[in-house]
Formats: sequence, C-alpha cells, structure tokens
Amino acid sequence: MSAKEITVALVGNPNTGKSTLFNALTGLRQKVGNYPGVTVARKSGRCDCGDGLKVELVDLPGLYSLAAASPDEQVVTDVLLGSLEGSQQPDAIVVVLDATNLLRNLFLASQLAELNLPLAVVLNQADVAHEQGLKIDTQLLSQRLGGVPVVLTSAWKGEGIASVRRAIAEVLSKKTKMARLTWPAQVESALGSIVSAVQSDTGTAPSMADAQRILFSSNAHTSERLGWTLARREPVIRQARDQVRAAGFNPLAAEPLIHYAHLRKVLEGVTSGGAGKQGNAAALDRVLLHRVMGPILFTGIMLGLFASVFWLAKFPMQWIQAGVDFLKSIVAPALAGTPMLQSLVTDGILAGVGAFLAFLPQILILFLFVGILEDSGYMARAAFIMDRLFSWCGLNGKSFVPLLSGFACAIPGLLSTRTIEDPKARLATAFAVPFMSCSARFPIYALMCAAFIGPLYGPGWESVVMVGMHCVGLIFAVPTAFVLTRFILKVKPQPFVLELPRYQMPKPRDVLWRMWQNAAEFISKAGTVIFAITIIIWALCYFPRDAQMAEKIRAAEPTLSTHELQARMQAAMIEQSWMGRFGKAVQPVFDPCGFDWKITVGVLASFPAREVIVSTLGVTYSIGKGAEADSNHLRQAMQEAKWLSGPRVGTPIFSLAAVLALMVFFALCSQCGPTIATLAQETGGWKWAAASFFYMTILAWVMAVVVYQTVIRIL
Amino acid sequence: MTPLSQLLPGQYGKLSSLNPERAVDQRLMALGLLPGMVLKLIRRAPLGDPLAIEFGGQVVSLRLAEAESLIVDVAADCPVQRPQKLS
Repeated sequence: MSAKEITVALVGNPNTGKSTLFNALTGLRQKVGNYPGVTVARKSGRCDCGDGLKVELVDLPGLYSLAAASPDEQVVTDVLLGSLEGSQQPDAIVVVLDATNLLRNLFLASQLAELNLPLAVVLNQADVAHEQGLKIDTQLLSQRLGGVPVVLTSAWKGEGIASVRRAIAEVLSKKTKMARLTWPAQVESALGSIVSAVQSDTGTAPSMADAQRILFSSNAHTSERLGWTLARREPVIRQARDQVRAAGFNPLAAEPLIHYAHLRKVLEGVTSGGAGKQGNAAALDRVLLHRVMGPILFTGIMLGLFASVFWLAKFPMQWIQAGVDFLKSIVAPALAGTPMLQSLVTDGILAGVGAFLAFLPQILILFLFVGILEDSGYMARAAFIMDRLFSWCGLNGKSFVPLLSGFACAIPGLLSTRTIEDPKARLATAFAVPFMSCSARFPIYALMCAAFIGPLYGPGWESVVMVGMHCVGLIFAVPTAFVLTRFILKVKPQPFVLELPRYQMPKPRDVLWRMWQNAAEFISKAGTVIFAITIIIWALCYFPRDAQMAEKIRAAEPTLSTHELQARMQAAMIEQSWMGRFGKAVQPVFDPCGFDWKITVGVLASFPAREVIVSTLGVTYSIGKGAEADSNHLRQAMQEAKWLSGPRVGTPIFSLAAVLALMVFFALCSQCGPTIATLAQETGGWKWAAASFFYMTILAWVMAVVVYQTVIRIL
Repeated sequence: MTPLSQLLPGQYGKLSSLNPERAVDQRLMALGLLPGMVLKLIRRAPLGDPLAIEFGGQVVSLRLAEAESLIVDVAADCPVQRPQKLS
C-alpha cells in the first residue's frame, strides 16, 4: 500500500440512488465498519478510475444539509472537514444529485463548495428525468459551477458509471473546485470577524466552512471542536449575527435563503420541461395512503413480512438444526473415549455455533423485506401511516417494523432499528424490541398451557393465556419507551420530517448485498459473544463431574433400565454441577416467585438462550435430554412434582400461581445472549445492553413475585 | 394567516412565516421551504397525523405538532414559487 491512499467521499441527499452508484463504482469490493465512537456505519470500497488510478471511495450517510442536526449528519460534516479522529480529510468529493430535483439537491452541493475541496457533480436518476421530459444542460451547469465536471448517470440501469470514474480522475488531477457563492457584504464581513477572532483566541485559523457553521448553526459543536471557549466566542458571535440581521436576514435562516437565491440563478436556463411532475408517486399514494385502503394494504404487507420471518425461516432453521445434529452424530462416536471432550464439542461448540446460525435465516429474510420496502419507497409510507400510534411515547413510525419483527426474533428486529434516523427514537426502539414476545418464548408458554392451564381450565383459557402472554411484553415496553424518551435519554430528538420519495423498483443486487452485509456483521460481532456465552454455560453445567455417579445410582436403585439410568445420571450431574449448586444457593431469591431449585436452575441456565428452559426442565425432572414442549413424560413429571420441604411441603410445585409467575417471568426477562450482544453492537457500547439486561431481569422478577403472591392469595 | 395544520387536503397556501429557532423549521428550510413559497397539503395520514405536504417538486411528511409554527396565506394558490427575505 502506498504511503497515503487517495480517498474520495461520496455525498448526497437521501433517495438519490447514491448507494446504488457506490455499489456500481466499487463492484462490491467493500469494507463495512464503524466510525470510532459513534454508531454510524462506515462503508468504503476500492474504485478503479482508469490508468491504474485506484481510490478508496467512502459512502457517507445521506443528508440534506451540513448544518448537522443529527449524529449521522455530524459524522458526515466531521469526515468532510477531516476533523474526525482516525479518518483523514478526503482528497475529493463526488456529490450525487437527484436530477429530477436539482434545486434542493444543489443546496448541499453549494454548502460542500465552501469546503474548498476538488469536487465532481453526478446527476443521477437521469432516466427518470428523461421520462418526465426534463432536459438538463450539463455543459451550462458545469460552467455556472466553476468548471467542475457534471456527469449524467442512471446508476440503476448502470449507465454513465464510466464517466463518473473519469470525472473522479479528472478532479483529482486538475483539482477542480466548485464555484462558491458570493455572500452579501455584511455576511462576508461577519464570517471574516469570526475567522479572525478564532485565530487570535485559539492560534489557528478556521476554515470558511467552520466559520459558517459557527455563524449559522444553533449548536456549539464546531466552536467546541476548535477549542473556542464560551466566554470568548459569545460576544463575537452575537456581534456577527447582528451584522447578518442588519443585512436583513435572520441568522438562523440566512444560510438556506442565500444559497437558494444563488442556486435559482445558477439553474436559470439549465433545466427545461418536466417541472413539478410527481411521476408515479401521486397516483400510487392515492391508493397506498388512502384513509381506508392504506391501513388495509399496510396490514397485509406487514402480515406478509411477519409470516415470512416467522414461518419461512423455520425451514432453513430446521435444516441448520439437522445439519448440526448430523455433525454431532458423526463427532460424538469418534470422541466416545473422552467424554469431557465429547460433551464440549457436541453440547458446547456445536450447540454454540448452531445457536447463532439459527438466527441467520430470520435475519436474511427480514433484511430482504426491509431492503425491498426501503428501496421501493414504501418504508417512508409505512412510517407515515404508523407514526401517530408511536409518536406519543417518543418513538416514531419507523419503530413499527423493528417491533413487529421482534415478535419473531429480537435480533433481526434490533438490526432493523438502523432504518430509524432519529437517534433518540432508535435507542428507545432498540430498548423496547427485546420485550416483544419472540418465538423462543413460545415453547415455555406452550408447555405450561398444555400441562396445566388446558387440563385444569379447558382449551379456551389455554388460548386466552397464550394470547395474554404475547401481550405482556408489549404492555411493559410502551411505558418503558415513554419514560425513557421523556425522562432518561438526554439525546435531542430529531423532528420527524420525512421525505416521501418516488416509488422505484428495488435493484436486486443492492437488496441482496445489504442483506448479506447485515448477516456478515451479525456473525462477526454478535457471533463471537454468543459462542463464548454458550461455552461458559456449558462448562457451568458440566463441571465438576462425579465419576462414581453411575454406580451410586445403580446401587440405590438396581432395577432401573438403561434409559432411566441415563436420565437419572443427567439429573444428578446437573444437580451437583456448579450451575446446580448455584441454583440451589439462589433458590431463596426465586422462592417468592414460587420456583423450586429445579426451576431456578432452568431459569439460570436459560440466560444465554431462553428456549433451553424446556430441555433443562427435562433434565432436572429426570426425563432426559431432548424434552419437547409436547412431551407427555415431562408434563406428567411436572404435574406430579411436589414441594419436599419448607412451608409448602406436600403441595404441588406447579400451582396455577407458580405457572403464571413462571410464564410472566419468561415474558419479561432478558434471557438471550445474542440480544444483549446485538444491543451492545447497535447502541455503540455495553452501557445500554447492561441497562436493558438488569432492567428486564429485575422487572421480570418483580412481576413474577407480584403474580405469584397475588394469585396464591386469591385462590 | 392560517396555521399549516388547518389547511384542507388539496388546498394550497403560501408560506408567510416560520420560526428559524425550531429544528423542524431549519430542516424544512434546508429542503427549500422558504417564506413566500407555495405549498400544498396533499393529505393527512389515516389517523389524522402526520401531514403530507408538497413543495418544490417533493412530498414531505410533517407532524401536526411540528407544523404549528408554519403560518400560511391561503388566498394565494398561484404556482409561482419565489422566496422572500425573512425579516
């Protein structure tokens, strides 16, 4: 690698087809990472610009203005100014504009011109502009913008990509910069006064772009980055803003007003025809956003999405399970001579790999759908329809898809919170997602309903409890989000201003590529954590071993069959394992919930993955491994289980109170290693993951105690 | 002088004032919604909120509560869209 790789930043408004262009330019040779300290994805790739010139192309998040209201926008601004730690200022900028809405798109380009970097202009979606009868004189536009290359492309159709490569090479060699606008004299002098004040106070002269951020933006980010203290800057900024006011502009409105007035002149004679056409959007919106039809179609689409994540994913999940079982069946006999290694490989390593591979089908299917919904333009409409239901508790319309997919599995739900721009709503949604009753909670509900609710009260109540349990999480998630956004999160909420873009056919390559990127990131980040947790829990349940266990059991009960002996062995082994001892020791904590030590061990062993509760109960109640929710043996064993000591001696352990408490506990408790790992990944640290874990777990315990103590007093 | 939120679907209005202190208004100005510009209320969401408005060849969704500082002049439904200085 050369001493300094040439980097080129790809910047543009959302919905300009920027990512499609990026994929076309880099040919999927991409790296995805995070900017240091923030949860904004950094996408970069190698772009071949001809004549052996290879540059690193960085795809920055889409934004409308450099005024930096949201963290994403802040990152873009910081990257472009070269002020973000660990990233160098780009050598050139490619600004992608939507050819059908040049005026608005040029606002960002005009702000970028102030950065004084070599710049090339790409007018994308030229095909749509052509269909609308819009003609653009690119030569005249290039001339008005100071000679920067202006290229027409249709990234979707793959047209004009070569000319973008040539334009990048051209601006890098000629250092062509876009013409800056002429500021009104008083504004120019206000900017000048800020530049000289910063220079004399901090010792370094700020760029013109920095001076504009200080003068026009209401946040103090730039001043603080430059080390310009409040006491020093306050009088200077006030005076400079007074100068702007004297020129007849509100300082906070001056920037767009002056840029837009300038750009109207730039565009005079550049475009002709096609103006004001909405294309397909208006007609489709009449149906898709119709007062009656809109919600019906929305419900249909979302049910389709949910059914796909929930049902369609079952088949590949079964194949993965079968594959893992097959591997186990091959490996187990080979390691029969070393039981510890055999157990480590089959119950630890293979189970751990299987545990996170099992999430892949759901992630892939959800992201296939999310990609289609986003790229088609429907996601913005879905948010428009649903926003009212979510806005009162601090979430927004875009929270719907993550929460809905949470009912299948929290992992893809958490990953899809990335579609929410507002950082506050994103975090609150991510916090609410694990409360949704995911499919892994289903087995314990099914077991409890089938074993106790059904036989005691009939199938009618069985369904009521089943549905009720699916609502418990939701009932607690909504107030949690409300309190979180209202009182706890200090992040400034973003206004919910959402562009309803043109409808468009999603490009399969883009959708599939993003689907794959999400899956790969999940495997590489969360995968390792999940794997580690599985191994730890395996070790806790396995050690220490008592080599004489079999003889002891056989001596006590010589008539046992081989299968019964096996089951007793497993029960005894887990009882005297670290996990079993720990379970017995902490049973008093769960005693107010009505859990005996066997349930307690089940609860503890379920922390990495709640679905193991059924098979753990199978082991502790001596049914043997592989117990299923519909296992008659397990039901019978639990129905017959009685308290052997203490004040409740002789009464059934699984009373109605304990059964309900156990289900409520599982509905609320944070028992999913992958969820915690993903939450940490998506919120940029362990702080929120830890908060979620303790909050949900304590809430689960409290509610289980409330349910148990209430029901036991009523009955 | 009418708040944007009181426009009927399909009705045009000319933006007479906004509040540049508010983050929403700043975002809308970046999108090109400047005083003097004609906008159209296209529809309300099925639950009454948010609103979809059209200006400068684009459709943007906006919450009722966030639209309160946008004052429009309903009399004008001319298609001319020229910004004026904000005093």
